[in-house]
Amino acid sequence: MDKIKSIEDLRKLREQAKAFLRTRQGEVKVKIYISMGTVGIAAGSRDVLLAILDELQKRNFTDVQIIERGSMGLDVEEPVVGVDRDGVVVYYGHVAPEMARQIVASHVINGQIISDWVIAKE
Amino acid sequence: MKIYRIHALICAGAQCIAAGGNGFEDALKDELKKHELLKEVNIIETGCMGSCQLGPLMAVYPEGVIYTKLKPEDAKEIVEEHFLKGRAVKRLMWKEKETVLPSLSEIPFFAKQTKIVLRNCGIINPEDINEYIAQGGYEALGKALTEMTREDVIQVVKDSGLRGRGGAGFPTGKKWQLAYEQDSPIKYIVCNADEGDPGAYMNRSVLEGDPHSVLEGMTIAGYAIGAQKGFIYVRAEYPLAVKRLEIAIKQAKQAGLLGKNILGTNFSFDIELRIGAGAFVCGEETALINSIEGKRGEPRKKPPFPVQKGVFGFPTVINNVETLANIPVIIEKGAKFFRSFGTEKSPGTKVFALAGKVNITGLVEVPLGTPLRTIIYDIGGGIPEGHSFKAAQTGGPSGGVIPSQYIDVPMDYESLTSLGAIMGSGGLIVMDETSCMVDVAKFFLKFTVDESCGKCTPCREGTRQMLNILERITSGKGQMEDLELLEKLGNTIKLASLCGLGQTAPNPVLTTLRYFRDEYIAHIKDKKCPSNVCKLSSEVKNERKVFNRSSS
Repeated sequence: MDKIKSIEDLRKLREQAKAFLRTRQGEVKVKIYISMGTVGIAAGSRDVLLAILDELQKRNFTDVQIIERGSMGLDVEEPVVGVDRDGVVVYYGHVAPEMARQIVASHVINGQIISDWVIAKE
Repeated sequence: MKIYRIHALICAGAQCIAAGGNGFEDALKDELKKHELLKEVNIIETGCMGSCQLGPLMAVYPEGVIYTKLKPEDAKEIVEEHFLKGRAVKRLMWKEKETVLPSLSEIPFFAKQTKIVLRNCGIINPEDINEYIAQGGYEALGKALTEMTREDVIQVVKDSGLRGRGGAGFPTGKKWQLAYEQDSPIKYIVCNADEGDPGAYMNRSVLEGDPHSVLEGMTIAGYAIGAQKGFIYVRAEYPLAVKRLEIAIKQAKQAGLLGKNILGTNFSFDIELRIGAGAFVCGEETALINSIEGKRGEPRKKPPFPVQKGVFGFPTVINNVETLANIPVIIEKGAKFFRSFGTEKSPGTKVFALAGKVNITGLVEVPLGTPLRTIIYDIGGGIPEGHSFKAAQTGGPSGGVIPSQYIDVPMDYESLTSLGAIMGSGGLIVMDETSCMVDVAKFFLKFTVDESCGKCTPCREGTRQMLNILERITSGKGQMEDLELLEKLGNTIKLASLCGLGQTAPNPVLTTLRYFRDEYIAHIKDKKCPSNVCKLSSEVKNERKVFNRSSS
């Protein structure tokens, strides 16, 4: 670790470190729900999850929590991914890993909903 | 930095490790490896979370689920169900009256506490300075060094009304002021981490769970009084605390938060660990000074007080671990914030080590002035097995008992003193009707007899004689005159002893005599132990002793 030479350095370091701890605190900008019921897993939601995680890492976006959930009942649409941002939860159906990466880039980070893939809003 | 979707915080306080936490952690890692989840799940060893009886504990975020009493064989289920599929394992979650409580914020044990001292314990990784900094750590030090004069710092601490958490409750700001006024080129800060009361472990938990808060508090104190060096006097029986302190000191030095020219200012401060060999008397400040100097751990005469002539003859401020852990919060958020907790004369919070006959034993932090009833019933979950509350012992062997008629007493310095008990370091042992008060007094007195250093006669001989009388009473050979003799002896020892150990040693006997005299009389006149604990004549002994209750 480098020496912290001023209080400004300390504050900069804190902002960086804080992002890392966000998973442990309730307040985040975006919550991503992934359906992890038996059908979801069979349809490949695990790969979707890994793609989302990888994309977040690549883009260094930390203001997010990833929450696994059970099936919503919409088994025909699995894998289902929900994005809770700006007070609205948007659900995407038939999400493939590549689609998940795009959802992260445009909706999770920039707030642009990809309407073609949306199956429901809450 | 790496992003993880799950943070699994495993309590690595000494209790949870003793309860088998390491085995669980290894099993968990194996399972994660098997399912290729190591890249998604961040396993963090934290300090004590507080509810030690239910350990080993693990908190899982983002959900905030807490798992209790974990065994290695539980790892498979948690990984396959929770980490892989997001289904929390209800079987292992915190239960109260058969109801499963989903997250930390809904569990009364956690929800009803106010955490200032334990703000980071169980939340951050104590071996990673970055996590402390992320929580706002060292901000107070930066503020003190760059925006405040030494006088400002002392004034804020004075205004906060913070009182020493080691037991006596001396105003911390006043102590700093006295040391500041001393004209000396060399001054020292000492952190008293020689926690010795049976059943008290709040200091250990802070050192294990948040060591940087103590280092930061000490450095601020050093700046305020003009010291260049600090010592942490910690007992050898706390190996984990020592290890984490060593790591913390090393990291703080690397980060330039300890050592020369801290944060680029011209203030330099260094901290050294001193390991005590576990003598109870070394928690007394003058004996502690002797021990740091390499001399025999015996108390000195006061005055001169340590702020005048302390370690190696130089002005020294000795503060308790908990006191120092409060300092960064006071400096950062101000005296007014601190005063919004607690009472006028006792501001802030206090950590109590809740033990004995109570449902949830563990560490509890509440604002000073919180009624005893709240701590025992609302947070601690009441008395187990349908028994009723009889008394609580505060302050360990130096304190006294609070009988059931005073269960609504506000827990602050003055109220406890008026009942004959003391705040002490914060040990809180709960007893029900199966505890014999004479036996309890005997237990604590035996402890102080063993731990008396032998330097002064009242403590060395007096406590021994008191113990002899108690042994006589509990074996059915007592006489009524013994009670008066006990009181007379006790009061003399309190007046005549050299240090705090002897001055407080008779307290458990004197308070039990005051509130439970009828039990003493029953032992003497009826030759009977009302709680069926003491071996009098041919009675059958009660299996349910005070301190070794079975874990069921």
